[in-house]
Amino acid sequence: MRRDVFTSIVAMIALTLLLGLVYPLAMTGISQVLFPGRANGSLVEKNGQVIGSRLIGQDFRKPVIGKNGKPEERASKPVMAADPAFFQERPSTATSYNAAGSSFTNAGPNSLEAMETYKENLQSYLGLERPYDPGLTAAQVPIDAVTSSGSGVDPEISEANALIQGHRVAAVRHLSLAAVDRLISQNTNGRFLGVLGEPGVDVLELNLAVERLAGGAG
Amino acid sequence: MGQGWLQIVIFLVVLVALTPLLGSYMARVYTGETVMLERVLGPVERLLYRLFAVTVSDGQDWKRYARSMIVFSLFAWLAMYLILRTQTIHPWSNYLGKTFHSGTWDVTFNTVSSFITNTNWQYYGGETTLTYFSQMMGMTVENFVSAAVGIAVLVAMIRGIVSRSGSSLGNFWQDLVRTILYILLPLSVIVTILLVSQGVIQDLSHYTTVHTLAGGEQTLAQGPVASQIAIKQLGTNGGGFFNTNSAYPFENATPFSNFIEMLSIILIPAALVYMYGKMVGSRRQGWAIFAAMAVLYVAGIAVSYQAEQHGTPAQHAAGVSTRAISGSSGGNLEGKEQRNGVVNSALWATTTTVTSNGSVNASLESFTGLGGAVPIANLGMSEVVFGGVGSGLYGMLVFVLLAVFLGGLMVGRTPEYLGKKIGAREIKLVSLAALATPLIALATAAASVASAAGRASIFAKGPQGFSESLYAYMSQANNNGSAFAGYTGYIQPNPGNLGAHGVKFADIVGGLTMMSARFIPILLVLAIGGALAGKKVTPAGPGTMRTDTPTFVALLVAVVILVGALTFFPAILLGPVVQSLSTHLF
Repeated sequence: MRRDVFTSIVAMIALTLLLGLVYPLAMTGISQVLFPGRANGSLVEKNGQVIGSRLIGQDFRKPVIGKNGKPEERASKPVMAADPAFFQERPSTATSYNAAGSSFTNAGPNSLEAMETYKENLQSYLGLERPYDPGLTAAQVPIDAVTSSGSGVDPEISEANALIQGHRVAAVRHLSLAAVDRLISQNTNGRFLGVLGEPGVDVLELNLAVERLAGGAG
Repeated sequence: MGQGWLQIVIFLVVLVALTPLLGSYMARVYTGETVMLERVLGPVERLLYRLFAVTVSDGQDWKRYARSMIVFSLFAWLAMYLILRTQTIHPWSNYLGKTFHSGTWDVTFNTVSSFITNTNWQYYGGETTLTYFSQMMGMTVENFVSAAVGIAVLVAMIRGIVSRSGSSLGNFWQDLVRTILYILLPLSVIVTILLVSQGVIQDLSHYTTVHTLAGGEQTLAQGPVASQIAIKQLGTNGGGFFNTNSAYPFENATPFSNFIEMLSIILIPAALVYMYGKMVGSRRQGWAIFAAMAVLYVAGIAVSYQAEQHGTPAQHAAGVSTRAISGSSGGNLEGKEQRNGVVNSALWATTTTVTSNGSVNASLESFTGLGGAVPIANLGMSEVVFGGVGSGLYGMLVFVLLAVFLGGLMVGRTPEYLGKKIGAREIKLVSLAALATPLIALATAAASVASAAGRASIFAKGPQGFSESLYAYMSQANNNGSAFAGYTGYIQPNPGNLGAHGVKFADIVGGLTMMSARFIPILLVLAIGGALAGKKVTPAGPGTMRTDTPTFVALLVAVVILVGALTFFPAILLGPVVQSLSTHLF
């Protein structure tokens, strides 16, 4: 018994140093040498300033300003509305794109509250896009546009979602629809080896590309 | 859905192709053959034995093996508790300029118990509750250690089945060290590098605040993630670096990283089955067990994928289309990531719950009723369909012995397995081992819904609230760790643990559930190994029931379903099945 106690204590100290310090620090060192950009979060820059990560969705909405000139609030949180100049991410109901405190919505399959959220999301999506894409019906709105992702910071939207939003962004930015659609396909991450996963459009990179093009045009 | 099925088939083919490669390598590690890595790591192995002051050539009988394992686990528990409770003095503890406090004692009790038992249940929030120091010195270390303990116990049991003389089951310290040095650590290094190549982060930077493109602010959590995620998957641990686990892009960045992580979840459990065949001297015995597992696994994948593609009643009632259209694969994407879609979320959910991994790449609570019933049914089968590293196969061997016994009753012969007579003592131990986990799960789940203290953890209304509670205790009793994550044991108003408090019932009952459901079966399994060790082997005759035939595979599948899943069938009806049959919203 005393033997086991001694060995256990020594083993925990030795293994903690090996597996808790040597292994992760060695992996950090190797990763920083081999893949410095990716190991540090695939950060994206604009004019030399880091503006986010290619892998982390961010908020492309802006605070709604009330009649009194101050930001409107509901339940002591600012009311946000889509900025029409940008492609919008998937909804992030639980965390509002918090990238330092992620959480699931945990909306169950038979949740009344979830149903109301979907309804609201669908209405505001149609309200935002229909003026620029008059034929748009609810049946054409892809599911990713009205549901929250797992992480709350899903960086991607579906191609169908991006193509619908393209009408609005092209009009607001005074770009041709063909040019915007070209940017969408340039910023689509396809399936791995053409087979694995689902294709998705990286919203931050797409918006950056749109800004670059719009800036160049005007 | 053809594209989705193609992805599933590719995954299964790669898994089956790698199984014999890793399996035969592992058999060499445990039968004392020299492996290539010993040239590099041999000095480390010998140094560790010298520090431990153990002579590994000394065999241990099952009681001494069990004692070393229990005492070691106890000190592993204490070490981690100490680390998690001293976060204020940790280096790298800076959270946005504020110091991380420690979690409360009750939630720490739960978290530590969950890591020691290879469960990795998350009442902790990862990026908002733990320092990098805790993640590395606590979480990462226990991920290795608890996985190695599970595999060691399996190897000891196999030695008991194989051994023809003496009572030795091997040496615990040797099995622990060789598992870590020659299997878990090298595989973790490979997986870490693959994950970082995909964008899973590996740094020690402070959380970074950036000005976003639209003019807002966003803070990006950082950390040594990939090195922990590699062992989290390989060791069937499952505890996330981030709260949303492998749904979080920094933990699982691309379809390829998703593939690697899923493969890492199930590779070692599958390879152990092949290793078993090799160690008992008949690969067919291994493949027979593999076949029984594969049948149950593929059935789960099929049901889950179909159900998730269909969408939920809440989505249909809101007028949302869940059909696949051009440019979107459709399905229930609530709580799922675009890059994974429905197919890789369903495949992952099934994979992580047949094994006792428990990591998730999507929110299980947001699965459809039937899609969520699959993980629950998988938990109900006591995690023997591949299962946890080590624990899955030793659990399955308990069912194999049970099936042999039932088969023996049917044909009226003394049951024997691999030439060894299965006597009354073995069958008593087998019955206790098969019943321990379901009993613990049902008793604690019942207590949690029958008491106000237990119901305090429930998030959802209606049958979903029951599903959450059932899932919580089934998951913890099976050392899985996945969750219907609305169920909570920790209330944290601000990041960094300041002002946070635990939900005592959930934390303490959960912690005790995990510990008893881990160590009671382990002791019984080692006792079975001890009882079989040294038994004479009678050569197989014409009347011997063969255990490597399709008939036996069918019998084994039936036993697992009867004993495992049917125990939970009434409970599963009350929660997820009610929801999948009803369009009522709660």
